[in-house]
Amino acid sequence: MAKLSKSAKIYLAFVFFILYAPIFYLIFYSFNSGGTMSGFEDFTWEHYAAVFNDTRLLIIVLNTVIVALLSALISTTIGVLGAIGITFLRNRKMRSAVLSLNTVLIVSPDVIIGASFLILFTMLGVKLGFASVLVSHIAFSIPIVVIMVLPKLQEMSSTLIDAATDLGASQRDILTRVIIPYIKPGIFAGFFLALTYSLDDFAVTFFVTGNGFATLSVEIYSMARAGITLTINALSALIFVVTLGLVLGYYFFNQRSAASAGTGGTRL
Amino acid sequence: MRALNLTERIRMAKKSSRPWYLIPYYLWIVLFVIAPIVLIVYFSFQDLSGGFTFSNYADFFSSTYLRLTLSSFWYAFLITLISILIAYPTAYWLTKTKHKQLWLLLIIIPSWINLLLKAYAFIGIFGLYGPANQLIQFFGASPLQILFTDFSFVFVAVYIFIPFMVLPIFNSLDKINPALIDASRDLGASQWMTFRRVIFPLALNGVKSGVQVVFIPALSLFVITRLIAGNKVITLGTAIEQQFLVTQNWGMGSTIAVFLMLFMIIIVLLTGPKEKGGALNGKAK
Amino acid sequence: MKDLVKASIAIIAISAVLFYAVHLLETSSATSGSGSISVYNWGEYIDPELVTRFEEETGIQVVYETFDSNESMMTKIEQGGTSYDVAMPSEYAIERMKENDLLLPIDQNKIPNLENIDPYFLDLPFDPGNEYSIPYFWGTVGIAFNPSLLEGQTFEQWDDLWDPTLEQEVILVDSAREVIGMGLNSLGYSLNSTDLGELREATDKLKILGPNVKAIIGDEIVEMMRREEAAVAVTWSGQAADMMWINEDIDYVVPVEGSNLWFDNMVIPSTAGNVDGAHEFINFMLDPEVAAQNADYVGYSTPNEEALALMDPEVTEDERFYPTEEMRDRLEVYENLGLEMLGVYNELFLEFKMDMEK
Repeated sequence: MAKLSKSAKIYLAFVFFILYAPIFYLIFYSFNSGGTMSGFEDFTWEHYAAVFNDTRLLIIVLNTVIVALLSALISTTIGVLGAIGITFLRNRKMRSAVLSLNTVLIVSPDVIIGASFLILFTMLGVKLGFASVLVSHIAFSIPIVVIMVLPKLQEMSSTLIDAATDLGASQRDILTRVIIPYIKPGIFAGFFLALTYSLDDFAVTFFVTGNGFATLSVEIYSMARAGITLTINALSALIFVVTLGLVLGYYFFNQRSAASAGTGGTRL
Repeated sequence: MRALNLTERIRMAKKSSRPWYLIPYYLWIVLFVIAPIVLIVYFSFQDLSGGFTFSNYADFFSSTYLRLTLSSFWYAFLITLISILIAYPTAYWLTKTKHKQLWLLLIIIPSWINLLLKAYAFIGIFGLYGPANQLIQFFGASPLQILFTDFSFVFVAVYIFIPFMVLPIFNSLDKINPALIDASRDLGASQWMTFRRVIFPLALNGVKSGVQVVFIPALSLFVITRLIAGNKVITLGTAIEQQFLVTQNWGMGSTIAVFLMLFMIIIVLLTGPKEKGGALNGKAK
Repeated sequence: MKDLVKASIAIIAISAVLFYAVHLLETSSATSGSGSISVYNWGEYIDPELVTRFEEETGIQVVYETFDSNESMMTKIEQGGTSYDVAMPSEYAIERMKENDLLLPIDQNKIPNLENIDPYFLDLPFDPGNEYSIPYFWGTVGIAFNPSLLEGQTFEQWDDLWDPTLEQEVILVDSAREVIGMGLNSLGYSLNSTDLGELREATDKLKILGPNVKAIIGDEIVEMMRREEAAVAVTWSGQAADMMWINEDIDYVVPVEGSNLWFDNMVIPSTAGNVDGAHEFINFMLDPEVAAQNADYVGYSTPNEEALALMDPEVTEDERFYPTEEMRDRLEVYENLGLEMLGVYNELFLEFKMDMEK
């Protein structure tokens, strides 16, 4: 494997710097006793204390995480099965029709998705709240999972499945022992993107949520009228640190167990 | 005869049993894709009092909306192009790092912080007294109006879309069989040649999916047009949002949405994966 | 495959734990008592301390939710699936909600504190006899400006905004009725004009303002002015009050040609589940002491006469925020012009924005 050149390293460092700059800016001001995101006065922890005293905010955060995790999990399951189904569709026209339908939600503006889902739920008589939000998040995450998994499936060589069939593997075995392990990187990518979409969304959630249920982005959007308080900065800093810790921890834990099991890497 | 392709093999193995696992997926398509499309097309033929009309379509071809469409396209094009230019090298070099999956995750993590919050951070960063202008002043220039310009709009939009562009490109670059690159080297191709003739064509599918997930959403961006561009840039998304939420003219909003869907179909057709050939990506052919 | 199953189980387990945590938090914050009401209000439009006090005094738990525009609030209520007990729309929205049967009549016998309200704010054209709505806050639209950034320049009339020295200095509020209305007022027309000729004239005049416009934004105006990123803003009185609280250089004026006078009222949506609780909440908010504290916190003008007596005279005698009755007579209240006309206003506003681009 080629070593990265110096210019490549500088380039990557620059990209990462830009990506993280606004986040560090938010975190920096979360320690500002001044109360706004300009003119740093004194260092303080008060905004962090405020986060933990605000039960309503904590409930919203937990709800946001629950919706994100569950919607990502369910949409990944449905999406992966869907992608496998699409790959094996015999009729080529049918396949591209399904693929086009799949793309619709990815590229539709949130406002339209939100409005049409709202009409849909109303027609079906669904009460707006946790369930409607969860279902909507699952709905708009499914296509993104399919998109992430599909290339892996298409790249999978037919010889692999031939071999399995020749060895007498059942349909179920082929699915669980051959296909799914092969497309695992795509599954993870899909899961993480679904998580991202769910955490980021406010327009769709705004439409389909009802009494007493809010996610963080909806709350922030509504708060914007009077300017965002630094409590939200502090909260974002906490979320950022926790996710970063979890991701790093998960990665290195996985790395170690993979190394000991001898199954590192995705290449054959 | 070993010419049977993957699909047929599986079919045989399954003795063409119905793929049960497609049921939830089809259910999803019917409920959350087809039903909303039908609703939107239906609404697009409605006037304010709920009667049938073509006037929304006639209105769309008025000068205001055509200009709006053109300028939306121009900005979406710029945003997509710059995203590719930045994301491609990023993805390429990331595949060469030691902990590439980790670095990839680190590219995605910033998008987990709420967009609105990051927009507010950018308002601070680009402000007259913000760090960007402090840097400019450090180099001896006088402060610039960065916020509320088309520059800041494109910058923040690209910022938002970078992870969504890096991810598919990374995935397609990452699965290129290293043997192909070695072969190209062995045959005496220069690094540039290898890149142009081997890596680039093979990674094209990744770029195409990247364009799909960036271009149309860029047409319909609507929060940052206000926060970052101060409404000096207006997209089709802004217009739809206004029609749905302010004017409550769902008919006109739906009509714009119908056009957006038409554009989307065109984009998908242009960038869609070619059946066969390209899809296998040179692996194990 | 195995690790995927393991990961899925882990996610479900984590979600279950989080669910339990939410449940614990919800029960710990709930005051033991009878029932709950849900209040649907603008963001940051109430002193949260008052919500807590209401819960303690009545034992009714308040589920508090916020919206960001009259229109999105109406959409939510109209589509059903929600059951908000109290909402705070603006006057033109109340008219529309009445038309669409989205409101329940208010039983004034259950609101004895109604007598604290200045009669000027009662029985207004959008809701004769206050059958459906009770005043919450009111205010005006005007010009906020910072003379220290403009070599002492001050403002009196809308036409002052067209001054060529103000290039890239003016921020406008992102709302069609306010901006087009400003154009109409500056020409001496009514801001409820439905005359297409007048509207066209106003838009053409606004287009000349284009080069002076720095941005058209929403609530961020307050921050922009506080930080001195901009020198002039067309905005609502309460936002101006918010700016002035932090930055003392800023001043606010309601232009002499006339402007908008608006009211936000409390209503009970037709989907309400706890109508008695809603009445109790409305009555509580009209308590002089409560209303005074709320006005102090929010920064808008209170219609509560008894509350004014409890507030700092420096605030209540400030004619910029509590204009005298004859000043108010110059101002106009928005009429519900119907969706068709609203569409025209928005189309013109869009055109104005497009021409500003470049």
